[in-house]
Amino acid sequence: MSDLKELYKEVILDHNRNPRNCYIMDCATRTADGHNPLCGDTVKVYLRIEDGIIEEISFQGHGCAICTASTSLMTESVRGKTVEEAQGLFDEFHLMLTGVAEEQGIEMGKLMVFEGVREYPVRVKCATLAWHTLHAAMEEKKENVSTE
Amino acid sequence: MMSEHLTARPFDVEAIRADFPALHQQVHGHPLVYLDNAATTQKPRTVIDAVRGFYENDCSNVHRGVHALSQRATVAYESSRTVIKNHVGARDSREIVFTRSTTESINLVAHSFVRPRLKEGDEVLITTMEHHSNIVPWQLLCQQTGAKLRVVPISDEGEIIMEEYAKLLNDRTRIVGVVHISNALGTVNPVKDMIQLAHEQGIPVLVDGAQALPHLPVDVQDLDCDFYAFSAHKVYGPTGIGALYGKRAHLLEMTPYQSGGDMILSVTFDETHFNEPPHLFEAGTPNIEGALGFAKALEYLQSVGIEATQAHEKHLLDQATEAVLEVPGIRLVGRARQRAGALSFVMEGIHPHDIGTILDQEGVAVRAGHHCAQPVMQRYKLSATVRASFALYNRSDEIEALVKGLHTVREVFG
Repeated sequence: MSDLKELYKEVILDHNRNPRNCYIMDCATRTADGHNPLCGDTVKVYLRIEDGIIEEISFQGHGCAICTASTSLMTESVRGKTVEEAQGLFDEFHLMLTGVAEEQGIEMGKLMVFEGVREYPVRVKCATLAWHTLHAAMEEKKENVSTE
Repeated sequence: MMSEHLTARPFDVEAIRADFPALHQQVHGHPLVYLDNAATTQKPRTVIDAVRGFYENDCSNVHRGVHALSQRATVAYESSRTVIKNHVGARDSREIVFTRSTTESINLVAHSFVRPRLKEGDEVLITTMEHHSNIVPWQLLCQQTGAKLRVVPISDEGEIIMEEYAKLLNDRTRIVGVVHISNALGTVNPVKDMIQLAHEQGIPVLVDGAQALPHLPVDVQDLDCDFYAFSAHKVYGPTGIGALYGKRAHLLEMTPYQSGGDMILSVTFDETHFNEPPHLFEAGTPNIEGALGFAKALEYLQSVGIEATQAHEKHLLDQATEAVLEVPGIRLVGRARQRAGALSFVMEGIHPHDIGTILDQEGVAVRAGHHCAQPVMQRYKLSATVRASFALYNRSDEIEALVKGLHTVREVFG
């Protein structure tokens, strides 16, 4: 039970219950679809980018608690950031889930709640799907993102 | 080597468990509760020993050597075919083709039997609850030939709607593909009635028996199916080996699917004389140790007794159905009157993958996902379910562990 609380932290459970920025954005300048074929998680990320800044971000989709909370927290983390800054956060998020961030002393703020996921290798993709999808939207990739 | 286990013994779950080495381990500090048997079953010692014994004693190639080892291997390989033939009630060992898997068995039928007789506008009929392995080969075949894939609907309970099935059979239907037991819902389909209806119009039927073999007595002559596809690993045998039962007359009509060694009689650069079925469909060096293990697995099941197994598993399924429904927020997916082997469910507001992870932390192995049957998930507007599936070695207290784990899920999610 205590191990499980390391994975399912209160913040994660809260964002799963009440995901932030979860709506269809009519005025999006870019969108991308992500899919985890292994478990059927899907996420669509909407972006309104103006002058290289993410002015607005939202998402729609369905997935497990890790996927939903990760997407919700991601939208909060990158709003107001430049595309480059968001890309940098994605890279650091990756480093955190592979354990490298800790070695390098990278501070992830509230995204640190996902640190526990790295003890569950099959669930890492649940946490990263949203970020891969965001990356695709920023790069304006046309094809669907897949975690496989 | 074939008959040592053929006499049924009294059903004793503890004695059975002692035969399966992998069951006796701790997972995350808890005794393993293995309820993912529809994905693959654990293997009894006799199967493991047969596979190892081949490499320790008889390792050689089949059907070619004049030396002692090759002769022993050939006899063992062909005897395994006979064990399988007897187990499914085929008339003739030549009606059993070794393949890699149920999937390959279905692909063989699609390519070698159906494809040559499929024209634009013809139809292939399957059901909503098929595994991807009994959908995708037909879909590709239809794309290549201009034929149409038709799908029999199922009810909310997870049963094939027989009136619709009867209506969909017509003079353009070239094959019916139907799963005997659904891996996603646990439904036991009335395949005998379905075959009879199809045969009234001269339509051949392939049955996907992957999930049925471990749970039911299967008699292909009684069913009168044209093809029955199955694999070893779902029924306590090794992975990487499956089989296709095909009526001898059909197999004799079929052209090769893959070609090369072992399926020929003579080869020159001008022409090749082919071997007879089943060898015609077994190009290349086969999975010899897999075939040996497959036979041992079926002999193991026979030694326990398929009827006794059926009764034991029915008891487990009934107990699990009742116990799981007592956990708040649980809804069963698939409530067919005839079910076997598997229990699929969802928990309100909690994704199956989270449930799977939490159960795993308590040592309980279940499947969480779409079970390689996405169309049936779509039928119920779900992306995934949790599936607990049973085998002859499961015990009542393992269902209690499952239910305890589901309560932990509730606690974690508050």
